[in-house]
Amino acid sequence: MFKELSILAVVVAFSLLTYWLVEPFAHSQMHAHIETKHFKYTDLPAITKTGNAVAGKELVMGAGACTGCHSIETAGMPAMMPAVDAAASYGVNPPDLSTAGALYDANFLVAMIKNPAHATNLDHKYPADGSKMHPMVAFYGAGGDMDQEVADMVAYLQSIAPKAEEVTPKVAFENACGRCHSMRYKNWTPIGEKGKFKYKKDELRFDASVLDYQDYVVKYMGKLPPDLSMYYRSRGEHFLETFIEDPQSHLKGTAMPRVGVTAESAEKVVEYLRDAADPKHAEREETGKNVMIYMIFFVLFAFLWKKEIWKKLH
Amino acid sequence: MAHFTKATSVKDWLNQRLAIEKVEKVMASEYWIPKNINFLWAMGMVLAITFGLLLVSGIFLLMYYQPNVETAFDSVNYTIMQEVGYGWLWRHVHAVAASVVFLIIYIHMLTGIYYGSYKKGREMIWISGMLLFVAFSAEAFSGYMLPWGQMSYWAGMVITNLFSAGSLELNGVVEWIRGDYVPGQAFLTRFFMLHVLLVPLAILALIGVHFAALRIPHVNNQDGEDIDFDVEAKKYLAGDTKGSKVIRFANDFMSKDMFVVSIFLVFFFYLVFWNYGFAMDPVNFDPADGLKTPAHIYPEWYFLWSYEILRPFSKDVGLIAFAFAQVIFVLLPFLDRSPNVKTANKRGLFGIWFWLLVIDMIVLTAMGKLPPQGIYSTIGFVAAIGFIGLWVILPFITAIEKKV
Repeated sequence: MFKELSILAVVVAFSLLTYWLVEPFAHSQMHAHIETKHFKYTDLPAITKTGNAVAGKELVMGAGACTGCHSIETAGMPAMMPAVDAAASYGVNPPDLSTAGALYDANFLVAMIKNPAHATNLDHKYPADGSKMHPMVAFYGAGGDMDQEVADMVAYLQSIAPKAEEVTPKVAFENACGRCHSMRYKNWTPIGEKGKFKYKKDELRFDASVLDYQDYVVKYMGKLPPDLSMYYRSRGEHFLETFIEDPQSHLKGTAMPRVGVTAESAEKVVEYLRDAADPKHAEREETGKNVMIYMIFFVLFAFLWKKEIWKKLH
Repeated sequence: MAHFTKATSVKDWLNQRLAIEKVEKVMASEYWIPKNINFLWAMGMVLAITFGLLLVSGIFLLMYYQPNVETAFDSVNYTIMQEVGYGWLWRHVHAVAASVVFLIIYIHMLTGIYYGSYKKGREMIWISGMLLFVAFSAEAFSGYMLPWGQMSYWAGMVITNLFSAGSLELNGVVEWIRGDYVPGQAFLTRFFMLHVLLVPLAILALIGVHFAALRIPHVNNQDGEDIDFDVEAKKYLAGDTKGSKVIRFANDFMSKDMFVVSIFLVFFFYLVFWNYGFAMDPVNFDPADGLKTPAHIYPEWYFLWSYEILRPFSKDVGLIAFAFAQVIFVLLPFLDRSPNVKTANKRGLFGIWFWLLVIDMIVLTAMGKLPPQGIYSTIGFVAAIGFIGLWVILPFITAIEKKV
């Protein structure tokens, strides 16, 4: 018995050593470890003024000219044109602002309004010399104290947004990621959810619109942003979190903007990605437990059988 | 024609036609196994059970898998993993078993080397076993192509490229194997055929040969003792079960096997449900893309040691070293010149050789996965030279070995 256990110890020790070398150790050497900054966006200046939502509404609808491009469904401002046409004009469909106040960090929104290229960490793509302009025009002030004006606009967006806890993972994903990325395992295309079609030709028309839209996005981004259906399993939770926080940290020079989500929204986005790539995780845990309970009995009976049989042999 | 009488029972009826009692004796109750063995002797049964798991899970996966470059990825990751009831379980069982089967194969092989179970009439057991290793490798590789992810595609690209034989530039051979200039539909369909038909047939046939090769020389034991199986079997049948050096295959040996199998299955299902990442590479959850080479291309862990023998050398030398590594284990019974059938630790220099080989292969395995840069390249190069050196000196150190 002692001899068998010593042999087992040797076998287990060599197996674990090999496992440690090819898995945790090798992966630590292949991928740089990026620490999360907990979605604080400390490189951006913090809001100093207290915003006034009523004044903000005036600016968003008026002098700020936000609604010239953005829709705000909840404020009764629907999109002015189909997503494909908007992408033709701007490169990508500008986001509806109904949920922006809940999804995005306030300091990020301020920075975004003032200087979109800088807020999204795309200074390398849109250099300060103005040779290439971000499709969103920066806000240069409406004549008053600009910091106050921007704070007012952000306060307005927050006032019309649903409470953060009411934002579902699906809404968080579709708004923050879904205008560039598809997610076919959730029937999501960058121009919206692909529903059921009665006629094949209607489905083909929809598919053709998606392809048209994607052509514009390719022109805008340089390549087609990937379908995110399996990203939870191909990248893992930690990578996704830190990548969403700042794409440049993993992929220096990428055209993907920092989207400025709050920690809570990022969590929801990751939850949705998990739901697409690994929807059976709860069932797996449950089944695993039952199989293990069965296995304990299996081991017990196998041991008793062996003992019984070998009584006559030793 | 044989003489048949009116059967007295179903058993008698079958016995007259199939000789089931005799078969039962030959295969189980009077198939004699030495008593002086430890749990490592159960690895054969563990392998048989794991192969069974692969076969059964494979049959279920085959009902939904689609060997088409457009749909293969989604048929695995969506249809099987999400839509089919418990499809995820079959896939996890299949993927984890495919990886773990190699861990057990390596333990089984190293057990054979350590106890000298390839000598004195047991050469065919060893050779058929090594052919099984080759067949399992082909099975693992062809199966790895099927989900048509990034690693499938690029592993397929790299491995089929080896057949251009370096400077000989036999690109026609590579195209012939792929059925195209690059891995594509023809490539996927033929590897599907290999994975679900031709290679499994070869494996089943080789398992038959491997078992048959055991009958005449019998299973080795912990001390390499030359047992007279006829005498010991008589002793057992006469009732001296405690004094006899042999036991029945069933249920004596089987009961111990099944206990080891039960422990193994606890470990196996732990991996299936909670720690499957090592067997399902994250990179392969990205669909195949011929325009996007992954940052790191590496094979599954069980091929890493031979991959690292290929990698640190220049193209042609690397291929020769790789070919050497693939065939050299088969020749072990002939390279070991010593007649001693004993544990490695009692064989002087051979004992040192054995443990150096184990350590060298683990070092090669680790370096095969790490990026080939800086110190890792150097260590990999030294370990690859070490591997070749170990096999070159084996005939010499075993020729001067004292008889024990």
